[in-house]
Amino acid sequence: MTAILTNLFDGVAYGMLLFVLACGLAVTLGLMNFVNLAHGAFAMTGGYICAVLVNQQGWPFFAALPLAFVSAAVIGIALERTLYRHLYARSHLDQVLFTIGLTFMSVAAVDYVMGSSRVFINLPAALQGQFDLFGVGIGRYRLMIIIICGLLTIALQLVLAKTRFGSRLRAAVDDPRAASGLGINVPQVFAFTFAFGCGLAGLGGALSAEILGLDPYFPLKFMIYFLIVVTVGGSSSITGPFLASLLLGIGDVAGKYYVPKMGPFVIYTMMIVILIWRPNGLFGRAAAR
Amino acid sequence: MSAASDVGYHAQRHARWHYGEVAFWLIVLACGFVFPSRYLIMTDIVRLALFAMSLDLILGYAGIVSLGHAAFFGVGAYVAGLLALHGIINEPVIALVVAGLAAMVLGFATSFLVIRGVDLTRLMVTLGIALLLEALAERFSNITGGTDGLQGIEMQPIFGMLAFDMFGKTGFFYSLAVLFLLFLLARRIVHSPFGLSLRAIKNNPLRAAAIGIPVNRRLIAIYTLAAFYAGIAGALFTQTTAIASLDVFAFERSADLMLVLVIGGTGYLYGGLIGAVVFRMLQEWFSTITPQYWQFWIGLVLVVIVLAGRQRLHRWVLFVPNLVIKQIAGRKAVVAVPEGDA
Repeated sequence: MTAILTNLFDGVAYGMLLFVLACGLAVTLGLMNFVNLAHGAFAMTGGYICAVLVNQQGWPFFAALPLAFVSAAVIGIALERTLYRHLYARSHLDQVLFTIGLTFMSVAAVDYVMGSSRVFINLPAALQGQFDLFGVGIGRYRLMIIIICGLLTIALQLVLAKTRFGSRLRAAVDDPRAASGLGINVPQVFAFTFAFGCGLAGLGGALSAEILGLDPYFPLKFMIYFLIVVTVGGSSSITGPFLASLLLGIGDVAGKYYVPKMGPFVIYTMMIVILIWRPNGLFGRAAAR
Repeated sequence: MSAASDVGYHAQRHARWHYGEVAFWLIVLACGFVFPSRYLIMTDIVRLALFAMSLDLILGYAGIVSLGHAAFFGVGAYVAGLLALHGIINEPVIALVVAGLAAMVLGFATSFLVIRGVDLTRLMVTLGIALLLEALAERFSNITGGTDGLQGIEMQPIFGMLAFDMFGKTGFFYSLAVLFLLFLLARRIVHSPFGLSLRAIKNNPLRAAAIGIPVNRRLIAIYTLAAFYAGIAGALFTQTTAIASLDVFAFERSADLMLVLVIGGTGYLYGGLIGAVVFRMLQEWFSTITPQYWQFWIGLVLVVIVLAGRQRLHRWVLFVPNLVIKQIAGRKAVVAVPEGDA
C-alpha cells in the first residue's frame, strides 16, 4: 500500500514537472498553431544556466531558479523576434524543419561548451533525502517540485481566466483578426506568451536536472514527452495539458516500477491509441481552425 | 485544344524521358567506375537516395508529413538481418523483397492511423510509431540483439554468383541496380493517372474528393508503397554493411531524411537523389572540420534553408544551369523544380 502511495507521489511530482516543461509548448503549438520541436532546447538552457550558477558561481539554488526562468525567457523572446515570427504563416513542414535545425544546433552547441556527460546541480541539504508521512516515503525535493509547480499552475490559471492579459490572449487565439480589429496588439501578445512559455520551460529544465537528468541530448530525448502532453491534453485550456501531464507522469512512473521490461512502450501505445480515438486530444474540443 | 486533352498532353510530355535524365544515370553509373576507392560512401549515398525517394513519394506527391519514416527503414533492416543471420532466406534479392514486403505490411497497417487527423496528429503518430518500434526492438533483445544489434551477419552471393567483396564493389552495383529499378517503378507510378490524382489530393484534398478521387484509399496505397521502398532501403543497409542496430529507428535518421529532401527539393523524384549526394558530402565535409559537432552545422543548414525559403533557394541554385541551357539550346528554363511544396 505504501509503495503504491509513494509511487503515486513520485508520479504526481513527475507529472507536475512535465506540465511546467510543456505548458509553454501547449501555448505555441496549441494556441498559436506553431510546431515548435525546439521547446526542449529552452528547458535545457535553463537547466544548464542553473547548473553553472549553482555549481561554479556558488549561487544558492533558490536564487538560481528565477534566473533560469529569466534567461530562458530572454533567449526565447530574442529568437521569437528575430527568427520565429517569420515562420508563423509558413507550412507545418517548414516549422518542423526549422525547429529540428534549432534543436540540432542547441544539442551540438551545449555539447561543445559543457561536454556530453550528465550534469548534476548541487542541492542544498534541506532538499535532500526523504521523510516519512504516515509510513509513506516523501522525497523532499519532489515535495518542493509539487509545491512550486502547483502554485505556478494556480497562478497560470488565474492569469488566463481573471486578468486583462489573459482575456487578450484568449481573444487573440480565438480569432486573431477580430482581436487585432479590437485594438489588441496580437504579435505582442504572442511574443510575450512565447517568452513566458520559454521561461517556464527554463525553470522546468532547472528543476528537472535532478529527476530527468540533464545532458546535451535532453531536447531530443524529451521532445516526445512534451508533444504527448500537448496532443493528448488538447489545447483549449491549460487544464487539459495539466491532467495529461499528471496521467503521463503517474503512468510512466508506475510503468517503470511495475513492468520495468516494457519501458516506454506503455506510453507510446497509450499516446497512439488516444490520438486515434480522439485526434484533438482527450480534453480538447473540436478543432476551431 | 480542350482542357482535358491539354492536361493529358502536358502529363505525357512530362512523363517522357529527357536527355538530362539519361545523362544523370550515365554519370551515376560512371561514378562506379571512376572512383573505385569510394564504394562504401557511394553505397551509402545510393541507400540514402532510395530512402529519400520513399519519403518523397508521400511528402512530395501526397503531402503527408512524416517524422517517423525510419520505422520502415528499421523494419526492413532487421528483417533482412534476421533472414540472413538465421539462414532462412539466403538469396539476398529474395530476402530484400521479403524485407520490403514486411515493411509494406507495417505501412499498410499504420496507414489507417496516419490518414486520420491533420498534419500535427500525423507528425505525432509517425514519430510515435518509430519510437514504439525502437522500444520494442530494445525490449525483445533475444531476437534483435538489443543495444548490441544484430552481429555476425554473413551475406550469401547474389543469385549464388556475385559475392559481396570487402571493398563494397558488389554492394555498390547491387544497390545501384535496386535503386534504378525502383526509380523506374516510381517514375511510372507518379506519371500515371494514379500519381496525378495524388498531386490533386496534395493540393486540395476536399476538391480532389469532390471530383471523385477516393482520397483515403489513394493515401493508403501510396503510404504502403513508400513503406515498401523504405523497407528495401533498410534491407540494403543491412545487406551491404552486415549490421543492424537500434539506431536504424532513431529520430535523427528521420530528421536527416527530411533534410535530404529539403536540399534536393520535394515533388520530383530526382530531389531525393540529388539531396542524398549533397547531404552526404556536406556531412563528410562538416565532420572533417569538427568531428564531434557536425550536427550543429547540419542544423544550421536546415535553419538557413527554411529562412531563405526553399523555393527561392532552388531557383538560385538552378540559375546558372538554366542560363547555360538558355544560351546553348535557346530554350527556356529546362531544369526547374516543380512549384508547390508540402
